[in-house]
Amino acid sequence: MEYIYIIIAAIFVNNVILAQFLGICPFIGVSKKVETAMGMGMAVLFVMTLATIVTWLIQTYVLVPNELGFLQTLTFILVIAALVQMVEIILKKVAPSLYQALGIFLPLITTNCAVLGVAIMTIQKGYNLAEGTVFAVSTAIGFAFALVLFAGIREQLETADIPEGMKGTPIALIIAGLMAMAFMGFSGLV
Amino acid sequence: MNQLKNFSKGLLKENPILILVLGTCPTLAVTTSAINGAGMGLATTFVLVMSNIFISLMKNIIADNIRIPSFIVIIATFVTVVDLCMQAYIPSLHAQLGIFIPLIVVNCIVLGRAEAFASKNGVLSSAIDGLGMGLGFTLALTVLGAIREILGSLSVFNWKFAAGDGALIFVLAPGAFICLGFLMAIVNKIVKKSNS
Repeated sequence: MEYIYIIIAAIFVNNVILAQFLGICPFIGVSKKVETAMGMGMAVLFVMTLATIVTWLIQTYVLVPNELGFLQTLTFILVIAALVQMVEIILKKVAPSLYQALGIFLPLITTNCAVLGVAIMTIQKGYNLAEGTVFAVSTAIGFAFALVLFAGIREQLETADIPEGMKGTPIALIIAGLMAMAFMGFSGLV
Repeated sequence: MNQLKNFSKGLLKENPILILVLGTCPTLAVTTSAINGAGMGLATTFVLVMSNIFISLMKNIIADNIRIPSFIVIIATFVTVVDLCMQAYIPSLHAQLGIFIPLIVVNCIVLGRAEAFASKNGVLSSAIDGLGMGLGFTLALTVLGAIREILGSLSVFNWKFAAGDGALIFVLAPGAFICLGFLMAIVNKIVKKSNS
């Protein structure tokens, strides 16, 4: 039952983009086509889950026993950067078709604050490894969900008549605001 | 003259948020009030100035192909310093900004300036560039925070100018997106006009 709460809260109620403002850069940057949005969503799902598991293990078995908690930020970002690089190399060898699909999105993920954010939040909320993994997977699903919905709207937007100054990022932000309003309807669900 | 240009370009012409659209995540998340916006802006400014200085000092020692990880280590060090200092001296603000303090590490502005400016220029220019960019960031955050505070809770810098509740939506998540969208549209218009 507890897992179901975590899943619903992470996907809908506290949606990582629309309620917590993490990962806005890729949200605005790679959401012009549904297809690329899907690719980005999958890449984030992959890296976020792995990163959360690895950083949780490091925090619990290396940093805490040695009283090195103040190194958390530094260690986590390095682990994520190294992980992204490693995933890229491994995918290239083992699953070239998947690498083709995710390829260009992987390097971008290092600077996606949602990945570091989820790793830190998992520690702050005191989740155990299983809960943390479920939390990371469902947060990533929430990310992909919002990204794909947003890309769908933006595809339609191409044909719309928008005032000159509003074109590009400003109108995208206003649409995101309207989506966030819709997502507020989920609050109180959990 | 040149230094003045390094300083002033960050304020409006190359404003990191409103023109370059870097670092939107903290911008949206912490601007529920003007004070929060200013606090976040100043914390980022400190990190920007210090990391720009150190990266500029070390640019000849760091090998080219490991420069990005080295920059990240330097930036993360100063972020940790800010994080611990704020926790010790202004715990209330630290609690409000929460997870977004450690997330300064992945703020694109900091790494962006390191790569685009500090790794190519002298110490003084880099420090001034960091200061200008940081203050431009702070300015945008404070203005956005003030707008949301005025509309959402009828107050400014915690000073309440009218009775009542205001439109709560502006303090909540949707208001952040909508206010930033309009603010960007206005600045776009002004910059375009002054260019032509």
